[in-house]
Amino acid sequence: MVQTDAVVVDDIVKRFGGERRRILPFRRPRREQSAPVLAVDHVSLRIRKNEIYGVLGANGSGKSTLIRLISTLLIPDGGRVEIFGHDVIREEKVVKRMLNRVSVEASFFKKLSPVENLMYATRLYGVPGSEARREIPRILEALGIEPDRFNRPLEQMSRGMQQKVAIARAFLTSPVLLLLDEPTTGLDPRSKLDVQEFILRLRRDHDATVLLTTHDMAEADALCDRMAILESGRIVVEGTPAELKARAATPEHPEPTLEEAFMHFTGHSLEEMEEAAAS
Amino acid sequence: MGMSNSPGFLQEAKASYAFVERNLNLTKRYWGWELAFFVYSVASSLSVVYIGKAQGTDTRPLVLYLGIGTLVWAYLSSVFDSISQMIAWERWEGTIEYTFMAPISRMTHMLGTSLFSVVYGLLRAIALFVVLAAFVQLDLSRMNVVGALVVVLVGSLGFIGVGIMAAILPLMFTERGAEMTFMISSILLLVSGVYYPISVLPGWMQLLAKISPATYVLDGMRRTVIQGQGLASLGDVLLPLAVTGVVSIPLGVWVFLQAEHYAKRTGRLKRSG
Repeated sequence: MVQTDAVVVDDIVKRFGGERRRILPFRRPRREQSAPVLAVDHVSLRIRKNEIYGVLGANGSGKSTLIRLISTLLIPDGGRVEIFGHDVIREEKVVKRMLNRVSVEASFFKKLSPVENLMYATRLYGVPGSEARREIPRILEALGIEPDRFNRPLEQMSRGMQQKVAIARAFLTSPVLLLLDEPTTGLDPRSKLDVQEFILRLRRDHDATVLLTTHDMAEADALCDRMAILESGRIVVEGTPAELKARAATPEHPEPTLEEAFMHFTGHSLEEMEEAAAS
Repeated sequence: MGMSNSPGFLQEAKASYAFVERNLNLTKRYWGWELAFFVYSVASSLSVVYIGKAQGTDTRPLVLYLGIGTLVWAYLSSVFDSISQMIAWERWEGTIEYTFMAPISRMTHMLGTSLFSVVYGLLRAIALFVVLAAFVQLDLSRMNVVGALVVVLVGSLGFIGVGIMAAILPLMFTERGAEMTFMISSILLLVSGVYYPISVLPGWMQLLAKISPATYVLDGMRRTVIQGQGLASLGDVLLPLAVTGVVSIPLGVWVFLQAEHYAKRTGRLKRSG
């Protein structure tokens, strides 16, 4: 059977800061420029169709930048990204139609209700209004949101509930590639399980491909078919969870956890890396 | 869920309705602020016309002159603000990345936002007019209704184009862009002859007045409402307004696309606040 690549990321580079170009032709570049930060450093990866691919890394490792590059929100400084054979820069609109994203912040108009927010999102993606009005309550209910919440402002809902509405938004636009940028960070265990279940359902029922960034090792272990560990913008290792754990095994410690495998490949624990990133 | 199978342009037109519906919903949800801003508009408009009323004995022409100024500015500033602040608003709400990820053209985004702005601005100006008319007598006996309507609609095009160009500021300058658009609006208020003829301005300000579309809209409105002039005699107003609209909208969208490219290259397409 021929494996189709859903996502091809080829030698992609993204820097921030150190900008020396002039915004206006008559304006001199500032003398003191901030040092450029290499957020994504020559990253290459391939994600197969219908695969759940994880990108693990601490805060500031480049996970969200990678997601933004794939989702057309950033233009790379080098390299290329293709989604089902379509270049994200040259065929931006075709690519946009194929993907949706759930980020760590739910990102809604907080005064609007879930139904109003979802009507806006579905109209942008060309879903007929009558169909959206029929499907929105069905999907919200399937996600465990009480019908009396459908028309109340989102700001009155918990973060877990808001994140479920964000999942519904992605689901309603039928993406063939779903980009999940730490979708369960900060959620209570029940909401986390609900969201994880929905991700698996989306893959199973809609043949979607999923790119998941997380720093929750248990979540990555449970959901991902393959994964890469990203550190300082670079992929340090790639493989299935079992492969990564096997490669990190030593005679003294033959069955490491994914957390321990992470430490083996990066030389640090996730907590240490996040403390370093925060400082 | 299935996507619509309509032709491309029809899909884009339908998508532009997303912005109309969303802004209508936001207006309803923020009804308290809408009421507060409307009361402020009524109070400031009445203050201006009462200053006119206080000048001498037959103040009706002056009151009408000021009334037109305040109503036209209420409309134009509303159109300008809703278009120029569309990016700042989305940054603040945190939805900017989702709107820019949507598979729609930027023209559709602008069209939907502008359509809502014009309809909302007109309704607000009509409501303001009704309240003003209840407090002061506005002599509309010579008004040429068709002429006034044409001036407002053609003038709106130029303001939409200028608003789109101003909207790039919050896109490029994440921290101070919204303040910059506010300053543009303030300068337009100062130089466009809202409450006084532009002849009283210093020479360099008169040059700015000449390139402000608001100057022509106000001139045209006063000539149609006070003097009852018809379309035939409004060529010197309608032509610059039409040219400004025809040039500024595509130019505004083009400039916006360049700014969007810059924002995507430098990582400025993010939420703030």
